[in-house]
Amino acid sequence: MLSVSHVEKSYKTGGLFSNERQEVLRKVSFECSHGECLGIIGESGSGKSTLGRLLLGIEKPDRGSVLFEGENVSDHAVRLGNISAVFQDYTSSINPFFTVEAAIMEPLLQQKKTRVDAKSKVDRLLNHVGLDSSYRKKYPHELSGGEVQRVCMARAISTEPKCIVLDESISSLDVSVQIQVLELLKTLKSIYKMSYIFITHDIQAAAYICDRVIIFRSGQIEEIVPIAKLKDVQSDYARKLLKHIITF
Amino acid sequence: MNIWLSLSKDKLAVMSLLIIVATLAAGIFAPQFAPHDPTEVNMQLKYAASSWTYLLGNDHLGRCILSRLIYGIRPSVLWVLVALAISVCIGAVIGFIAGYFRGKIDAFMMRICDVMLSFPGYVMTLAVVGILGAGLEHILIAFVVMKWAWFARVIRTAVMQYSDMDYVKFAKASGSSHLTVIVRHIVPVTFADIAVISSGSICSMILQISGLSFLGLGIQAPNAEWGMMLNEARGVMFSRPELMLAPGLAIIIVVSAFNFLSDALQAAINPQLKTAQRKLQASEVRVSSYESIRG
Amino acid sequence: MNLLEVENLCIWDAGTNETIVHNSSFHVKQGSCLAIVGESGSGKSVTCRSLMRLNKAWIRQSGDIRFKGEDVNLLSAKEMRKKRGKELCMIMQNGMRAFDPSCVVGVHCKETLGAHFDWSKSEMEAKMKRAMESVMLKDPISLLNKYPHQMSGGMLQRMMIALALVFTPDLIIADEPTTALDTISQYEVIEQLLLLRENMGTSMIFISHDLGVVRKIADDVLVMKDGEIIERGPINMVFTEAQHEYTQYLVSTRRALSHHFKKLIGEEL
Repeated sequence: MLSVSHVEKSYKTGGLFSNERQEVLRKVSFECSHGECLGIIGESGSGKSTLGRLLLGIEKPDRGSVLFEGENVSDHAVRLGNISAVFQDYTSSINPFFTVEAAIMEPLLQQKKTRVDAKSKVDRLLNHVGLDSSYRKKYPHELSGGEVQRVCMARAISTEPKCIVLDESISSLDVSVQIQVLELLKTLKSIYKMSYIFITHDIQAAAYICDRVIIFRSGQIEEIVPIAKLKDVQSDYARKLLKHIITF
Repeated sequence: MNIWLSLSKDKLAVMSLLIIVATLAAGIFAPQFAPHDPTEVNMQLKYAASSWTYLLGNDHLGRCILSRLIYGIRPSVLWVLVALAISVCIGAVIGFIAGYFRGKIDAFMMRICDVMLSFPGYVMTLAVVGILGAGLEHILIAFVVMKWAWFARVIRTAVMQYSDMDYVKFAKASGSSHLTVIVRHIVPVTFADIAVISSGSICSMILQISGLSFLGLGIQAPNAEWGMMLNEARGVMFSRPELMLAPGLAIIIVVSAFNFLSDALQAAINPQLKTAQRKLQASEVRVSSYESIRG
Repeated sequence: MNLLEVENLCIWDAGTNETIVHNSSFHVKQGSCLAIVGESGSGKSVTCRSLMRLNKAWIRQSGDIRFKGEDVNLLSAKEMRKKRGKELCMIMQNGMRAFDPSCVVGVHCKETLGAHFDWSKSEMEAKMKRAMESVMLKDPISLLNKYPHQMSGGMLQRMMIALALVFTPDLIIADEPTTALDTISQYEVIEQLLLLRENMGTSMIFISHDLGVVRKIADDVLVMKDGEIIERGPINMVFTEAQHEYTQYLVSTRRALSHHFKKLIGEEL
């Protein structure tokens, strides 16, 4: 469904006339099929968030292509209603001027849904993410981190997209809330049957939800393994990564 | 609407708004409001104290100060506002484009701004007046030419700061067009910054207009203008200080009204400030950050 | 002997009259590590900042905080400044924000050291170098000449620990030192903190919401919820036979996260 082939991306460093470029992604190719939960695991600075932005079509790759059902994602008509996202920073993921209701309705209204339709849907969506309708009129700064991420998820699923990119969506939450959100993601997946691309540095969280993980390192794919085979990883880096996890 | 409701609770804001509306109305309908002709010379009433016919007294040529004050609103406030609006608009468009799209467009536009900003303001104004001739409209044109680059820079910085936010990323990712993203997500949050910087520059523009009028490049005597009235009173500053009082107070009151209103507006449209108990602190922070921009 | 004794500490917001921390008492023994766990908003960071008297002006505190028998609340601002760093050292959550972005890290370190000791430049450099080597930062001299944005979060965090090493404080307060880090850096930072405890016998207050990390490093634990200490005791006691419902909840959620992973890896449960 979502296929990434030979994607490369580099950023200019230095001033206006400098030609120095820093390579962030090098020849990245993978595919994500319908209903799959694909984890992308990497350290900070490995380029995984850049990859996330490319998948969402916010930025264009220098070379290679990101295709959603055969069409280029950089065209916003392709993304509309099909791809959605939940980001990391819960302090800035909802416009501070919007109420919860307005935030959830935003993607619906883009699809030329009528306001009345959209409004009636908000209650159901809030219900799905475990919040009640008293939240409709609240502003994001009145919510806790976990609640904001729930609202973001309601916003993301509002158009019933086929694919959601979760960029470090749970990393800034407390461990106890992380579990709740992960459970919620599982439940939502069983209702809406969408695929997730779960970008994170936390392998334990990825192991909790993903079907397959990509281990990412300095802009390249180090290894792709189905989660059940996680203990049989081949590359040195992946082994080192697994060895250094602090479990409970 | 919500904004009006919360604005009406703030007494200072209501007062500022009333002052501004009254000033604008008085300026627009000056012939109806002014008790006398502002250019009528009556040497018998030279430096006369206030009386029932001449409420604020008379100046060195025996002209009615109140009428001159009212007519002076036109160049001092109305035209300054027009010039300000035009330069903010140009600055905003360029700032939004540069800050939102970044990259080459940004670099190109900012270099133009740098070129504009590298001219000293007064020299630029003098050049424009030199080419087009003296007169208020030419000074206003010079103002627009001089100021837009500055606004563009400040607005660009504000836009850049907000266009990295996750909700902007979400809107882009879920397929909104660039225009929708800018209008729905970036304009409201940057509006506060724009309001503060523009209300701040009203003050300096009023003073600059009067300065140029003093040099004989702006408003031509005998037409009334607040800054020019100050200048005329300057000669008798020690013997008759009350002559400076009327135009001076008028400038202070109008400028502070604009400042207070923009502060209150900011608090009213921002839900975060609306519910915050430490509203006072927040507005103090705003003012100081604005001062650092200007300074 | 108790290095730090806190009795009836109350913290409240003078602006809204909201109480943030209710009547909490705890103590840190010489050479031991006390962990404070809880969800965000439970008052754990505020508590620690109050020990250093670093809270915002409108946040007030009352109660006794005795550090080495001295009441911290009674010290003047100047004496307090002397104490910070040299005797009480803090390791922050975000290394990126803890260092001055406008100068290289070395300058920042030297300034900090210069405020407390009259060492010569070369002396400082030598000490810094040794400390950095001991936290596994390779090539210290070139690192000291880098700006914070050129280093990773884990490196900056270790840099902060190295700085703490030079000070050899009596008490280190680590406020979520590993939360912003990725797996490998997290592991390394924890290893360094463990080594630090072993070698210098420093006492430590360790704040975290991740019970896994806490279990690795701490001897005693306080569980906080909504500004109150709801459970306390030696680490193994609290985690295996938690009395309070909330502690049980924290432990079970953390266990659920690891459980899945351990099953996949084939570790015994």
